[in-house]
Amino acid sequence: MEDGDQVIKKFMYMNRKAPYGTIYAWESLEVVLIAAAFDQDISLVFADDGVYQLMKDQNTEEVGMKNFSKTYSALGDYDIKKIYIEQESLEERGLSLEDLQGLKYEDEDDDWAEKDSIILVSRAELAKVIDEQDVVFSF
Amino acid sequence: MSMLHTVNKSPFERNTLESCISLAVPGSAILLIEDGVIGAMANTKHSEMVKAAMANVKIYVLGPDLKARGLNEGNVVDGISVVGYGEFVDLTTEHSAVQSWL
Amino acid sequence: MAIEVDGQSYETDEEGYLEDLNQWRPELGSAMALADGAPLDENHWEVINFLREYYEEYQIAPAVRVLTKAIGKKLGKDKGTSKYLYELFPYGPAKQACKYAGLPKPTGCV
Repeated sequence: MEDGDQVIKKFMYMNRKAPYGTIYAWESLEVVLIAAAFDQDISLVFADDGVYQLMKDQNTEEVGMKNFSKTYSALGDYDIKKIYIEQESLEERGLSLEDLQGLKYEDEDDDWAEKDSIILVSRAELAKVIDEQDVVFSF
Repeated sequence: MSMLHTVNKSPFERNTLESCISLAVPGSAILLIEDGVIGAMANTKHSEMVKAAMANVKIYVLGPDLKARGLNEGNVVDGISVVGYGEFVDLTTEHSAVQSWL
Repeated sequence: MAIEVDGQSYETDEEGYLEDLNQWRPELGSAMALADGAPLDENHWEVINFLREYYEEYQIAPAVRVLTKAIGKKLGKDKGTSKYLYELFPYGPAKQACKYAGLPKPTGCV
């Protein structure tokens, strides 16, 4: 895909770890926010324990860490509109989309209508999406 | 006096909890902390293993680590006790030794 | 480093950003701006207060591009331009305004 003389690449950020126990979740989010400045075709994946990153009602007061679950709602402002969640990962953990926070973006081409960023996919569908990427970053 | 085992890894990512359960002698206690608290949740792929283990060992989970991850205390496997930092300290003094699984 | 306001000392990093954002008071923002040689008016405060609200909600300071768009939506189109924001904060709207707002330096700040 080309935009003027600039080549747009498909970048995927794969999040597979629970938050707080390791630094991966927060590091990934920081990298995504920085990379968003470069106008590439960005998508995020939450699979395996990564689905826990989007759990509703996280409260880190007692563990004394920054509750960065609030930052995911800013992704729409950064024009990140494709957030894939793997169905099987939810099922293995007894979770459903209801347990996760909703994420939205405003569609510039549709009078700023609010739209869902979250795309629930099966493992087989996700495999195809991964295969279409130019670069996959693993966290 | 028995030993207290702490497990801080998710059972989906490492087999730490499984190993700990198979090596903890009957009468000892396991405390799930950090990402290990995921092992306390009901209706997951690993819940049955944890349920079965409770025939031999007592299992505790650290409440603040559940809350941080948005995991509901009401959804832990039946029989697991949710504890705070104060009780964590009590548990370490009540047991003969603490084994921290990594 | 530290900044003195009303006889009290506040820790900052080597670039002048407040170490503990909970210590922030408007007087601190004014003192930092005065030290940089440019006192704050109500237009500056609009942006500073917006940044604090954004941080409270999302736990990050927005990138300039995001800030510009959001300011335009909240305070009117004429203010949602990088020209307007750079006139207010010549050292970079996100960088400089975040400092006065007591927030950490924005992630990916360019």
